[in-house]
Amino acid sequence: MAKLELRGIRKEFGEVTALEGLSLEVGSGEFVSLLGPSGCGKTTALRIVAGFERPTGGELLVNDQDVTHVPANRRNMGMVFQAYSLFPNMTAKQNVEFGLRVRGADRAERHRRASELLELVGLSARADRYPHQLSGGQQQRVALARALAIQPAVLLLDEPLSALDAKVRVQLREEIKRIQTQLGITTLYVTHDQEEALSVSDRVVVMSEGRLEQVGVPADIYRNPRTPFVAEFVGTMNRFDGRVEGPDAVAIGSTGTRIPVLEPHGRGVGEPVLVLIRPESVGLEELPNGAAPAGGLMEATVLLHTFLGAVTRMGLESPVGTLIADLPSVRALTLSPGTRVGIRIDPSGVRLLSP
Amino acid sequence: MAAVTVEPSAAVAAARRRRPSFWAVFWLVMAALYFLVPLYSMVQFSLEVAPHRYGFHWYAQIFADPLFRSSFLLSLRLAIETMLIGLVLMVPTVYWVHLRLPKLRPVMDMVAILPFVVPPVALVVGLSGVFTVAPWLLGSSQILALVYVILALPFTYRSLDAGMRAIDVRTLTEAAQSVGAPWWKTLFFVIMPNIRTAMLGAAFLTLAIVMGEYTISSLLLFNTFAVYIYYIGNTEAYQAAALAIISFVLTWGAMMGLFFLSRRTGAAGPAGVAVTR
Repeated sequence: MAKLELRGIRKEFGEVTALEGLSLEVGSGEFVSLLGPSGCGKTTALRIVAGFERPTGGELLVNDQDVTHVPANRRNMGMVFQAYSLFPNMTAKQNVEFGLRVRGADRAERHRRASELLELVGLSARADRYPHQLSGGQQQRVALARALAIQPAVLLLDEPLSALDAKVRVQLREEIKRIQTQLGITTLYVTHDQEEALSVSDRVVVMSEGRLEQVGVPADIYRNPRTPFVAEFVGTMNRFDGRVEGPDAVAIGSTGTRIPVLEPHGRGVGEPVLVLIRPESVGLEELPNGAAPAGGLMEATVLLHTFLGAVTRMGLESPVGTLIADLPSVRALTLSPGTRVGIRIDPSGVRLLSP
Repeated sequence: MAAVTVEPSAAVAAARRRRPSFWAVFWLVMAALYFLVPLYSMVQFSLEVAPHRYGFHWYAQIFADPLFRSSFLLSLRLAIETMLIGLVLMVPTVYWVHLRLPKLRPVMDMVAILPFVVPPVALVVGLSGVFTVAPWLLGSSQILALVYVILALPFTYRSLDAGMRAIDVRTLTEAAQSVGAPWWKTLFFVIMPNIRTAMLGAAFLTLAIVMGEYTISSLLLFNTFAVYIYYIGNTEAYQAAALAIISFVLTWGAMMGLFFLSRRTGAAGPAGVAVTR
């Protein structure tokens, strides 16, 4: 197990800055994900850690030793790639043995380790198959076994599931987490899929335009986004411009509709704020024909339903604009489009940010 | 017992697919005649010992000629040397261009066709400069191998370039490096096995070029196989036909050798995928 540290890593490609002084510590045995949209610099950061790119500035340390200028093949970092990267001329077993072979391990040791790892990824029965005889998911499992065979200090995964179909993706990500926990290996995982990052990571690093936006445990990233970018990239948000009405309320929209808030925001009355509301914090109550909404409720009309399985996402037309609400599907089915509803917002689900 | 029946429409469609059209057969026959008639005439001529009497007399004379053996062995040795020098020089070069200098590919493409543009006579004149720098090459047949490497460059480069394009050089290299392989082990154990067909193709084309090259060897006064064929062609008509057939069989044999070698070793296919064993 190893500790990984990135200190002020910068990377420029000509006039384009891919990374602007990225600093991050990954503890021994920790699973950290770099999450962000395409072009945010997450893969560049991973490739610098792997040794495939030289940083323009900054330092990279493994167990407090500077490895910034150590070539990739001497870093002892196993990597699983986005593209299928198995050697086509070798069987699954030969692929797993390759790292040990180039290090001069004897045949018995190679055989034992490869069998052990193929067992770990559930592919013992396919040890003698060539890559083209394996499915995409199986190929990535073999790639994982190959990366682990050399007992790397750090395991690097560069969007390893992006080429797989949805079901295999979920199975394999759970398997990666199981194996990582079992081996206790320090892992840096790159993905643009927030669900993937939130479900497997000990900590998530959200990146945007070469900068680190927020680092935290998945629940904290989801519940307490610190920037508008994180709020909108991780999960779905209702976003409104508003102003502070008092210690426990903000007004949103042109109508100045009051929304209760819980968090101690420390802002003065009248100060402009960005009001973010998670869809699951929007509650709905059906209004009887002609009835006005009771106190604390905002009137709205159901526009559309999007069935997502256990949850149904509902589009609502309200005085403050269009709102999104997530409701259990059993309940949502009773509220057909056109139904008048009263909206109640859970103050614990409202987040205020500076605009 | 359940009977297996085939839908009549499906059977008819299958039969239609199997039966080639008249025009397909016609053009196939025409193409075959275009190649086979001259070959047949040449075989017949080479076997004619006397009017209406056939045998292997001219073939026996060729094989008994010490000049045939020496010229053939010289060309074969030069071909092997050219193949080795060409591959040792070009495999790492094309690999590095694909891996680190992809922007250089158009330049490489242009450089690789230069031997087509420069006439062999000009190449020979240019060699005088080489002899002043390396006088020990004067009179040595090794100079031919060096020149042939340049002559074969367009074919060697194209073949290796196509082979490298068919595999993901960068990902395979990085995958090998990530488990600790230095660049030369990556090249030997990962890249080269996956471009084996391309390497064999380059080697075969080199063999064909060297075995048939006449101008340069003739100007530099070396008795290579092509020079011998030319000499026999000018002096012995029947032996020339027999020699042409021998040359054809040798070329065909080399091609078949390449074909079986690539099949036996399960070389990488067009998509960089190993052939099923």
